[in-house]
Amino acid sequence: MKATKCVVALVAYLLACVPAFGGDAIKIGAILSVTGPASFLGEPEKNTLVMLQEQINAAGGVNGQQLEVIIYDDESDVNKCVMAAKKLLDQDQVAVVIGPSISGNTLAISKFFSSAEVPLISCAAAEKIVRPVDPWIFNTPQLDRHAVSRILMDARDKGYKRLAILTVSDGYGQAGRAVLKELVPAEGFELAADEVYGPKDTDMTAQLTKIKGASADAIICWGTNPGPAVVARNRVQLGLDTPLYMSHGVASGKFIELAGDAAEGLVLPAGRLVAVDQLPADHPQKPVLEAYVADYTKAFGPQISSFGGYAHDAFALVMEAIKMGGSAKSGDIRDNLEKISGFAGTSGVYTYSPENHNGLDESAFIMVTIENGTWKVLN
Amino acid sequence: MSYRKDMIWLAFFFGVLMFAPMLLPNNYYLTILILGCLHAMNAVGLCLLVGHAGQISLGHAGFYGLGAYTSAYLSTTVGLSVGLSMLSGVALTVVVSILVGLPSLKLKGHYLAMATLGFGIILSILFNETVDITGGPSGFVGIPRLSLFGWELSKDVTLYRAVAVMLCLFVWLSFNLLHSRVGRALRALHTSERAAEAMGVDIARYKLLVFVLSAAFSGIAGVLYAHYLTFIAPSSFGFMFSVEMIVMVVLGGMLSVPGAIVGAFFVTVLPEFLRAFENIEILLFGAILVLCMMFLPDGMAGGWNKLWAWGKARLSGAAHG
Repeated sequence: MKATKCVVALVAYLLACVPAFGGDAIKIGAILSVTGPASFLGEPEKNTLVMLQEQINAAGGVNGQQLEVIIYDDESDVNKCVMAAKKLLDQDQVAVVIGPSISGNTLAISKFFSSAEVPLISCAAAEKIVRPVDPWIFNTPQLDRHAVSRILMDARDKGYKRLAILTVSDGYGQAGRAVLKELVPAEGFELAADEVYGPKDTDMTAQLTKIKGASADAIICWGTNPGPAVVARNRVQLGLDTPLYMSHGVASGKFIELAGDAAEGLVLPAGRLVAVDQLPADHPQKPVLEAYVADYTKAFGPQISSFGGYAHDAFALVMEAIKMGGSAKSGDIRDNLEKISGFAGTSGVYTYSPENHNGLDESAFIMVTIENGTWKVLN
Repeated sequence: MSYRKDMIWLAFFFGVLMFAPMLLPNNYYLTILILGCLHAMNAVGLCLLVGHAGQISLGHAGFYGLGAYTSAYLSTTVGLSVGLSMLSGVALTVVVSILVGLPSLKLKGHYLAMATLGFGIILSILFNETVDITGGPSGFVGIPRLSLFGWELSKDVTLYRAVAVMLCLFVWLSFNLLHSRVGRALRALHTSERAAEAMGVDIARYKLLVFVLSAAFSGIAGVLYAHYLTFIAPSSFGFMFSVEMIVMVVLGGMLSVPGAIVGAFFVTVLPEFLRAFENIEILLFGAILVLCMMFLPDGMAGGWNKLWAWGKARLSGAAHG
């Protein structure tokens, strides 16, 4: 019965290890997809929050109170996310929650937050999260709508008429496709082709050949790594010279690495994080971005992406709201979040209001191109 | 186990489920219990199919999702009443399971697993791709909350009680089935299909019956899930969940309905307890599963029976000595 004893001892050890916290620290919850398919979002977000918590606490906390950030991993899974949300609300009784990383999970739990009257600042971009406005739900990433209108502005300047879209069939691509199908005709362009690829596809030649046949002036591809890199490579292999736009979903060094030479000359909207050194010195986001990039790369290495920035901004906005009201009560944080105006974060300059819980506009994006394996800002 | 023992166990289990909310400090634990009950419904159905009839299915997450999506679509988009949508969801699951079961139950062993696996994957693709109906990968939002006879179960506790009663009903049904002619026929065809057939058991009929029954259990669980969470996404009904269901049944003990329930609760609750170990929780979870299978090859039910027998022998030994 040695085995039984081992199991009993293990279970007892597990139960004893459940950490017990005390004191009157401000409790901030976070639900992030640190593992699972969306870990490319959740991992940098978690790193960012851990780093910022240490910084604030080392500097004496906020309003004289220490912070306690409780981070749960939802494994990119809806059920886990729901349980994590319930745990933060009912058991940990946090004042405010940052996350989740993905839109579906945010939509699944947002109603718990309005009924518990605890603000939720999501790191996911879907428009459904903030439109229509729920008083308790905010988000920090730039909306797809803003990215699409930046692309279309660029396309108009270059005189393109017929646009083809190529989107991935996951939550991100689906949301982008909906906005593209709405805005492309509305802005006076012609939708030449509407092609879709699967998130695990490794060859998009078929879709690109179809688009070639539709004689489009430009292609807009909407997806997150690695799909768009395959699209870029296939385009070069096919000898297709139709210009290719990418979405902000690939605005990280990883994409250039994956697509290699095929990435040269591609144009996409991106947050200013990718080109901090090319920002004018008087830009309001410059100091925030420089500090974030320096701190993050020092702590976690050079693989920085704009996704961690979503968590950075959510955290910074919460700190700002707490300082503004001098209170860390859920209701006060919510009220003060809505009063934040002209606050520079990593993704843009935030101005929240009772009607606008996203706080950003088109100016949060810059158009960039890839030249010699690095980002170059277009004017 | 005898029928009487099974019924005593059921009464005890029902009592535990009904009293559990009073001991729980907050709603978070209730959420775990509700999901545990829903998973247990799936596991009970699968225990009948896999454990007793010996037919492997890797597609039951598909039935779970089919019930959930049908009811969600009918109640939200079409605007039917919740009760009617739920009934339609279950009815569609039953019809589809008959259509799938008729050809695929002629297959045996790995081939049946392959066929049901394919079915589950096809459904999973459908949930993802038919964006206009299902909302696609980002999920189906705004499903009305569960209501019975026009009375909405807005409090989690009432909803939990409804789910728990349903689960006990399933268990009762399963016990009755297993202690009847059908149960004996299932065990016979599990041991040897040819022998069973030679003894006059209509194996095709019994196999289909238990397949449809387990699909119906999953469908009902799915319907309840959709109207409990009021949000569903295709990721909850993928291949991995089918595998997780099998894990629950095997972990609990293939031949035991109570074992399947314990397995389902174990798989649901354990990751929540392991949350304290942030980065290594998945490793620990895996290690615990491996240990269980190493030391309890007959599942938890088998382990319990061994412990019981050992305790009894000890006691009688002490009495004699």
